Amino acid sequence: MVRAMSHQDLTLTGLSKAFSETRAVDRVSLTVKSGQFVGVIGRSGAGKSTLLRLVNRLIDPTEGSVSFGTQEITALRGRPLRRWRAECAMIFQQFNLVERLDVLTNVLIGRLAHHGFVSSMAMRFTDAERAMALEALDRLSLVPQALQRAGTLSGGQQQRVAIAKALVQQPKIMLADEPIASLDPANATLVMEALKTINSEDGLTVLVNLHTLDTARAYCDRIVAMRDGRVMFDGTARQLTDDVVRDIYGIEGLQEFNEAVTSTAARVKVPA
Amino acid sequence: MTATADIDALPPRAAFERDFAAQRRRARLGWAIGSILFFAAFLATSYIGDFFKVTQVTLPDGSRAERWIVPAGIPRLGEYISQTIPVLRWDSLGADLAEWFWRWKVWAKLLLETILIAFMATTMGVVGGFLLSFPAARNLAPNRWVLWITRRFLEIVRTVPDLVWALIFVFCFSVGPLAGVLAIATHATGALGKLYSEVNENIDMKPLEGVKAAGGSWFDQIRYGAVPQVLPNIISYTLLRFEINVRSSSIIGYVGAGGLGQEFRVAMSFQEYTDLSALFLIILATVIVIDYGSERLRHRVIGMEKDG
Repeated sequence: MVRAMSHQDLTLTGLSKAFSETRAVDRVSLTVKSGQFVGVIGRSGAGKSTLLRLVNRLIDPTEGSVSFGTQEITALRGRPLRRWRAECAMIFQQFNLVERLDVLTNVLIGRLAHHGFVSSMAMRFTDAERAMALEALDRLSLVPQALQRAGTLSGGQQQRVAIAKALVQQPKIMLADEPIASLDPANATLVMEALKTINSEDGLTVLVNLHTLDTARAYCDRIVAMRDGRVMFDGTARQLTDDVVRDIYGIEGLQEFNEAVTSTAARVKVPA
Repeated sequence: MTATADIDALPPRAAFERDFAAQRRRARLGWAIGSILFFAAFLATSYIGDFFKVTQVTLPDGSRAERWIVPAGIPRLGEYISQTIPVLRWDSLGADLAEWFWRWKVWAKLLLETILIAFMATTMGVVGGFLLSFPAARNLAPNRWVLWITRRFLEIVRTVPDLVWALIFVFCFSVGPLAGVLAIATHATGALGKLYSEVNENIDMKPLEGVKAAGGSWFDQIRYGAVPQVLPNIISYTLLRFEINVRSSSIIGYVGAGGLGQEFRVAMSFQEYTDLSALFLIILATVIVIDYGSERLRHRVIGMEKDG
């Protein structure tokens, strides 16, 4: 919370991504203030995931730009691009860990952007980096599992390993693409709490895709709703009325939108 | 189908019987055409392969006669094999065995050379094939050009048989094991590169995305995301290749590229037929031992995989 706010804002300007026919993300303009906890909601195929990937530059936009503070992200190439990806940590629905490597090494992957070719290929990390990884694991209560293969851990534990890996990247922004969609309610809560703690303690901006409205309402300062690649709603949880929700999910015929249907506890996906 | 049935206005059972008969007819016709084509192709290849050739043979009474080549040739196989069988008598077994394996000192040295050629060639082939298998995998290649070039390179080096590579390298590096090592290594690079790249194409890409999202380079994605996934398969294919390479290196000496193979040539040119059976036994025993050992090792690798 001590950072100079204006230098840490994430700004998307007219950001679009087209895949052959469809525009997955269509002229999205957003400014995310430093330290905000932003939830992105919308039915599947609305472009939430593509939006996050554009921010992290896992994919390149068709048009528009992403900037962070005064830095233009869309123009980055090579090592500066890799540094940006490290600064803008991302966790995934399927955790995307290397299951056959141990937890510690998986966390240390978060340091690769700062390594040269030789030390990286030799999987040689410094003691300081190992200490950093252990500290991150400790925050997520995973030190006892540090030497286990990542694949042997439960889904909730794997997602927390992914968060630890994100932490050692010393990021400025944390992106989470449906981080709890494949977790049971107890683990989902644990993961969301971890993200909330990071947000409040470290002052990290968090941008998280969610498919459950109650989670979005419970954790997010600000909710952005997308439909067909466009931003349909941008406001607080309180402003997200039933009318707005119906509009976002576009469920015709359903008179009363039942939030419980999309709740994490019920573990039912939004009908698409 | 429903449209025609409506027009014909047949009861459903009758319509079924008609459709079923038509389907059976089509299937039978397909089979008949397929069988005729196959048989024609088989006859053509047999003709080209001299299967119907008639040759002249000398009958026991000294006269010459025309005979179909296959029955005329088969007795000669027995004749050849019987020439390679040594005389072994129970009361002088030791001496007879010593007579059979009279060049055992040379052969032992050459057998060692054979295995060493296979070992070194496998090592070199593994390194080459492993490094090239990543740019040669559709899902991992950094761009289309790199993919195209590595794939064509691997195709070329594995299309040329190792015996032909050996001829070329004997010309370059003179007679000796170096030519054999390079020949088998070159061919193995192509063969392994192809196999490994197919393993690479079947991996889960999510870990690579995880590495990329954390700021890892292409090499980091390969090293951390891909290599741990493919390693058990790589080890398995490598051991399999070592078995193949031992067989290759035991014959490659025939063109002067080192190993036991040269002894086949020596034995044949000096008509020492019993040497051939001795060499055959030596190679058979070696291959059996190596196959058994590497199979055990491979199963341990696979077993480790299951436990992990």
